[in-house]
Amino acid sequence: MKTIAIASGKGGTGKTSLAVALHLANIDRSRLLDCDVEEPNCHLFLQSESHSSQPVQIPIPQVDLAKCKLCGKCVRACQFNALAVAGKAGVLVFEELCHSCGGCVRACPHGAITETLHQIGCVTQSLTKLGGELVTGTLTIGNASAPSVIRAVKRTMPLVDREYTIVDSPPGTACTFVAAVDAADFVILVTEDTPFGLNDLKLAIEALHNMDLPFGIVINRLQQNGSLVRDYCQKEHYRILLEIPDSRIVAETYARGGTLLDAMPELRRPLRVLLENCHET
Amino acid sequence: MVVAFSTDGENLDSNLDARFGRCRNFLVLDVASGDFKVLENSQNLNAAQGAGIQSAQNVIASGAQALVTGHCGPKAFKVLQAAGIPIYLGEEKSIRSLVEDFRNGKLEQLTSPDVEGHW
Repeated sequence: MKTIAIASGKGGTGKTSLAVALHLANIDRSRLLDCDVEEPNCHLFLQSESHSSQPVQIPIPQVDLAKCKLCGKCVRACQFNALAVAGKAGVLVFEELCHSCGGCVRACPHGAITETLHQIGCVTQSLTKLGGELVTGTLTIGNASAPSVIRAVKRTMPLVDREYTIVDSPPGTACTFVAAVDAADFVILVTEDTPFGLNDLKLAIEALHNMDLPFGIVINRLQQNGSLVRDYCQKEHYRILLEIPDSRIVAETYARGGTLLDAMPELRRPLRVLLENCHET
Repeated sequence: MVVAFSTDGENLDSNLDARFGRCRNFLVLDVASGDFKVLENSQNLNAAQGAGIQSAQNVIASGAQALVTGHCGPKAFKVLQAAGIPIYLGEEKSIRSLVEDFRNGKLEQLTSPDVEGHW
């Protein structure tokens, strides 16, 4: 089984549009994971029925004030400033800053810290009407630990047996991006054909170089009279996997809840070839 | 009474720094004797998160019984309140003149955080 992540430095370049279309064009051989857990939206385009929903929980320290000697070793061990000794009032835990590393538990010489599980989101597995599988991660509003939910989505056991797993990643190049593309066999970077798109494409390429992950580029909303991104990719010898023209029909279809494939059925064949080309050259 | 002031300077003529979590120094003054010490808070200048929480602990560790600063967010407020340290709001003027205001009861005491986190 191969995992193909769809990512982009910039938001709004067409990651979800491409991920959904790629999944639909390869419905017989792909699953779709929506790892944009802060605002998952693949389900809007796929008629699906929830099969199961599992909570995502992370360990958070709990301090037993009867055992705590207020020594502050846990506070110094915490790299995220999530703990505070408030004088004689004891140790305060700021859950929203905690990264669940467990460092404070190990640093406490008095055995005063244990961990309790807190729910920060959920993972929903669904079967779509067309016979595909969609897994959606949702981070509970107010929480910041998106990577934990993303990893939980990627750990799900498949409901259906498929050759490819397509991962729709969150935008940007921060830790959520890293969690989504981590361990992928190949990354498709979607970019729009604008100076902003090109700038953020370069950031995403730099991040993937650091992670030593193979990638190819899909140029969305291609400008007919001179493409900035195409020129850049040719100069740097990056692979262009697909070019999607700038089209009003795509926007109109999307606004009505339709997919890229609804607007451009002729993309079905190229999208099947695209998935087969997702490997190192 | 020992009072801590957030500041980017090192003496009584330095101005108050309106920021609490990411101020450079705390000037900790014994109002009765006039003795003071300056504590660095610089490790918090570049903290990715939780600067207010750590600054609050620095104030507690300094032995201060009250704090004068420009603004205070919810997490720092929670730590200082738990430790029983009252927070007074001051303008960005010299610590010397703020000490006078403090003595004369002219500084407003905070009863809740006056700014959001990451202010």
